[in-house]
Amino acid sequence: MSTKDDELLKELALEEYKYGFTTDIEMDIAPKGLSEDTVRLISAKKNEPEWLLEWRLKALRHFLQMEMPAWQNFEHPDVDFQDISYYAAPKAKPKLNSMDEVDPELLSTFEKLGIPLDEQKVLAGVVAVDAVFDSVSVKTTFREKLKEQGVIFCSFGEAVQEHPELVKQYLGSVVPQTDNIYAALNSAVFSDGSFVYIPKGVRCPMELSTYFRINAENTGQFERTLIIADEGAYVSYLEGCTAPMRDENQLHAAVVELIALKDAEIKYSTVQNWYPGDKDGKGGIYNFVTKRGMCKGDNSKISWTQVETGSAITWKYPGVILKGDHSVGEFYSVALTRNRQLADTGTKMIHLGKNTRSKIVSKGISAGVSHNSYRGLVKIGPGAENSRNFTQCDSLLIGDKCGAHTFPYIESRNKTAKLEHEATTSKIGEDQLFYLTQRGIDPEKAVGLIVNGYAKEVLNQLPMEFAVEAQKLLAISLEGSVG
Amino acid sequence: MLSIRNLHASVEDKQILKGLDLEVKAGEVHAIMGPNGSGKSTLGNVLAGREAYEVTEGEVLLDGKDLLDLSPEDRAREGVFLAFQYPVEIPGVSNINFLKTALNEVRAYKGLPPMEAKEFLSRVKEKQKLVKFDAKLANRSLNEGFSGGEKKRNEIFQLAMLEPKLAILDETDSGLDIDALRIVAGGVNQLRSNDNAFIVITHYQRLLDYIVPDFVHVLYNGRIVRSGTKELALELEEKGYDWIKETVDAEGTV
Repeated sequence: MSTKDDELLKELALEEYKYGFTTDIEMDIAPKGLSEDTVRLISAKKNEPEWLLEWRLKALRHFLQMEMPAWQNFEHPDVDFQDISYYAAPKAKPKLNSMDEVDPELLSTFEKLGIPLDEQKVLAGVVAVDAVFDSVSVKTTFREKLKEQGVIFCSFGEAVQEHPELVKQYLGSVVPQTDNIYAALNSAVFSDGSFVYIPKGVRCPMELSTYFRINAENTGQFERTLIIADEGAYVSYLEGCTAPMRDENQLHAAVVELIALKDAEIKYSTVQNWYPGDKDGKGGIYNFVTKRGMCKGDNSKISWTQVETGSAITWKYPGVILKGDHSVGEFYSVALTRNRQLADTGTKMIHLGKNTRSKIVSKGISAGVSHNSYRGLVKIGPGAENSRNFTQCDSLLIGDKCGAHTFPYIESRNKTAKLEHEATTSKIGEDQLFYLTQRGIDPEKAVGLIVNGYAKEVLNQLPMEFAVEAQKLLAISLEGSVG
Repeated sequence: MLSIRNLHASVEDKQILKGLDLEVKAGEVHAIMGPNGSGKSTLGNVLAGREAYEVTEGEVLLDGKDLLDLSPEDRAREGVFLAFQYPVEIPGVSNINFLKTALNEVRAYKGLPPMEAKEFLSRVKEKQKLVKFDAKLANRSLNEGFSGGEKKRNEIFQLAMLEPKLAILDETDSGLDIDALRIVAGGVNQLRSNDNAFIVITHYQRLLDYIVPDFVHVLYNGRIVRSGTKELALELEEKGYDWIKETVDAEGTV
């Protein structure tokens, strides 16, 4: 690399994380440490029924017996589970009925993040938002409007109170407590998150979205999201996240479960921008998340789209269990790592039903001294006659100190299945950069154009407003990374 | 407009240009001919500021401004355009979006606001006609899956859109059939004006039947060894490059 590129790389390293501010607000924080008492405390704070407490305690017992896995392509950091506080909530008034009752500090926090919680301010009301601040949901907008169509969109805590039968039926049905150690931990201590139920035959009239914000120090965020699309229903759901800049690492271990019944479709999009740590790898979020959907009914469809630019370590495999015949699973991913960021992400497509189809498009981008791994599993069960999978897995390298890795796993137990796998690795070429700069385009903008072009197939899957945001995010994240 | 004096340049420590002088005035078309390896493409790349090409001596002024001091993007914004011999493909970046970005960057450099969408689109339409560039291609990814001829036409389309002061055509005729050559040349001829200038780098005289130059220079071993009018190109065609090599080597000037 030339000296000019080196300089630009240095500039990149100094690029600030723009969501790194903290909110000064009075908090109710549980003492550090993990025990049955912690779980009981969380459950009591949320006024939960006995069955849920028992469910949590069972998960805790699993957690305590499980061991940290060692197969991932990064060194698992030492996480002291006793040094984390498992519950942090703004000291709020008992019940939030209108905007006037939301703490103005919180409102301005979300405003700063570009998340309008005031329905009046949202143009034409195209997106309904559930805002989660540390361990609790602050505000869910447009609930009344959604209710007219029978759509339930509320915080997980409210769902437990108001729709216990749905929660009881589906909680843990896609991601069992014992799935992995962080899923077990989440099941024991999850605090809040979003709950969505779309009734039979209803096409959800607006995009639903949850915005997660970690604020408090020394806490972990363990949200739980459950989305159920009943027969013939459709919903598009978006998730965004940020956190303050802090020197110590913070753990984010969420569980997301999606259930699509017969003929239903769920589209789940994530733009993940947790604090990635500084250029030396100090601080940042450990993003250890379990996300899985179940195409339970015939002809159902679940589609994951993720744009991952943040977090010190991203470790997740949003997958789909294709149980219903003719069901469809999709996974579109852009994962960008720079500085010392690490990502080990991909998907799992489990084909069980007949004529099931899955499509995987993964675009990794590595810059700096980061490492970016794609890990994907395509599993064809014995009963999955005529199943199809197409996997495309591309890596783009910026500079010569980063790494891209690919770990595809294929297990087929049915001879009628057809699987295709394509993979490429490329570098941003000097010739491509020169071509664009020769036309007068700034080198940084040129990299942004090339990367956005490379990621286009995935970005096209995002809802319009999010696609624009994601494009900007990719361009900003790469500022100065010419190489 | 362009003044090149005693230009020496090397690639990977290999001296390619060894004292090149050239004066180009507004309104002129200069053809640079020469055998393979004489330094023709190096000249184009050096003028455009490609990083691998190191200038070891000499100066290049564009309207009195030191070009060698500028980054490639600033040279482009000052009005230097290189039509590439091998245009690259950039997947996923739409031709139109790329052109809009480029045009507005050049405008911003000149202190102009971004071009209105309507004006931009009408310019696209007009210039597409000029080089018979298929509207479908304009909306596709930049050069991706284009044929050789389509890529070259895209270069001239961009040239038409950006209206540079100085356009350098680097072997734009290579790989073109006679029909495509006519279209490309026709486009260039319509773009000629009293305010701009062209340097046409070519190996063959054929292109100069269509783009008639004011001056023809023969580059050999890193220097211009003969200059003349279009008749020089015809003489070259007839006698071949060996003629130049022999006479120049006999003169012992290189």
